[in-house]
Amino acid sequence: MAKQKHDEFAGLTFEEAFERLERAVEAMDGGDLSLDEAMLHFEEGMKLARYCERLLDDAELRVQQLLTDSAGNLTLASFESEC
Amino acid sequence: MQIFPVSQLTRYLKEVLETDPLLQDIWVQGEVSNYSHSTAGHQYFCIKDEFAQLRCVLFRRAGSPRTTRAHLFAPLLAPPPVTLHNGMAVLARGRLSIYESRGEYQLIVEEVEEAGVGMLHLRFEQLKQRLEEEGLFDEARKRPLPRVPGVIGIVTSPQAAALRDMLRVLRTRCPLVRVILAPTLVQGESAAGQIAAAIDLLNAHGEADVLIVARGGGSVEELWAFNEEEVARAIFRSRVPVITGVGHETDFTIADFVADYRASTPTAAAAAAAPDAAEWRRSVVAAQERLAELMENKLEMLRGALSGHRRDLVRASPLGHLTRARQQVDEATRTLSERLDHALGMRRERLRGASLHLNSLSPLLTIARGYAVVRREADGQTVLSVRQVEAGDELDIQVRDGHIRSVAWHLVLEDEQNGEAET
Repeated sequence: MAKQKHDEFAGLTFEEAFERLERAVEAMDGGDLSLDEAMLHFEEGMKLARYCERLLDDAELRVQQLLTDSAGNLTLASFESEC
Repeated sequence: MQIFPVSQLTRYLKEVLETDPLLQDIWVQGEVSNYSHSTAGHQYFCIKDEFAQLRCVLFRRAGSPRTTRAHLFAPLLAPPPVTLHNGMAVLARGRLSIYESRGEYQLIVEEVEEAGVGMLHLRFEQLKQRLEEEGLFDEARKRPLPRVPGVIGIVTSPQAAALRDMLRVLRTRCPLVRVILAPTLVQGESAAGQIAAAIDLLNAHGEADVLIVARGGGSVEELWAFNEEEVARAIFRSRVPVITGVGHETDFTIADFVADYRASTPTAAAAAAAPDAAEWRRSVVAAQERLAELMENKLEMLRGALSGHRRDLVRASPLGHLTRARQQVDEATRTLSERLDHALGMRRERLRGASLHLNSLSPLLTIARGYAVVRREADGQTVLSVRQVEAGDELDIQVRDGHIRSVAWHLVLEDEQNGEAET
């Protein structure tokens, strides 16, 4: 059940999720909402907040290196830093 | 033909020199000779080359004698003040004037540097001025850094400690970001070209939201690539904002002036590129709390409206009438039952009186006074007349304290003579 909830936002970056969260807050701040509408925004906002927190909890810095191959195309390769 | 006193001529020449803009801020290159200094701290010398020489004076000033233009460039080239000596190749900046009492023209030196360093300084100043005039440093052009970058492009040497420092900062502050490194040399002949190419490549690749161009601390010469025009132009044409973090706090490069944001060190550049995730966490928590507060307000408002409606409904509803009617019924019932009780009491009282009266009429009282009641044993009928009895009938005679069972022996009818009674 909890898994399902998170999947709802799968693929959203932190920024996108946070923007949606802010929009939910703005919508609720806007005033004239029916109770149903308010509940929808509230629930989505709460889910987004939990999603954002989970992203922060699970994040691990990824470092890549930009390389040019023999054909002159740009490619990314993983970069192992020694720290 | 006009004749001038010497002093007037000299004053005239002095004026000519001192109003010539070229001569009032001029760079002169040469070798120091005839160096001396006064007890007051002023320094006197000549700058000469193969064919000519120029008298110079460097007046003592409060503080450092050579940092009048220190605000921009001097930090990059901030070795201890040069100690002049004869034979030293120098670059001096100052204004020409005339020392009237001796009729000598001289350079009043504002700053003086060793020639090698001085040449770099000169190139720096010239390029800086040119690019500034072209608008590369315009504040209005500088773009805000993305609040939440997804990808940070880094242009630096992959081996350097600067990269490790930046990655460490990013890892602790904001591990959500992705880093794309465009490796380059950061010093030497080809460094400027590589740095510029790396900036262009990251732009061509297109994923980075912000670039960091960085190098750890070093000497003026080691940092020089960041003062090259190629690098400045690459930063200028970058489509995404560029953060520079070159050298130390006190080092300013041309790249710094063009950059959208100048950080004092590579570490500071990394910190500027990625906000502290702890701040994001706080923002998320704040948004969450705000949501809960707004929801609570909403519910509070609806609750208020609801109870308002309910009050109105109650006021308008037949329920009130009902309650009042119920009260009236209650009251009537109470009155009724009170009256009933009263009436019952009265009747009970009357009954008691009647029963007392009845008692007084009872035959038992008569019996008590000595009379007796005679009944026929057979059917219990009270005997009032001789005619009711025949001889041999069993009779019950009730007296005050009991019954006497008896038999009629003889009947005597008193007002008629045809019967006699026996007892």
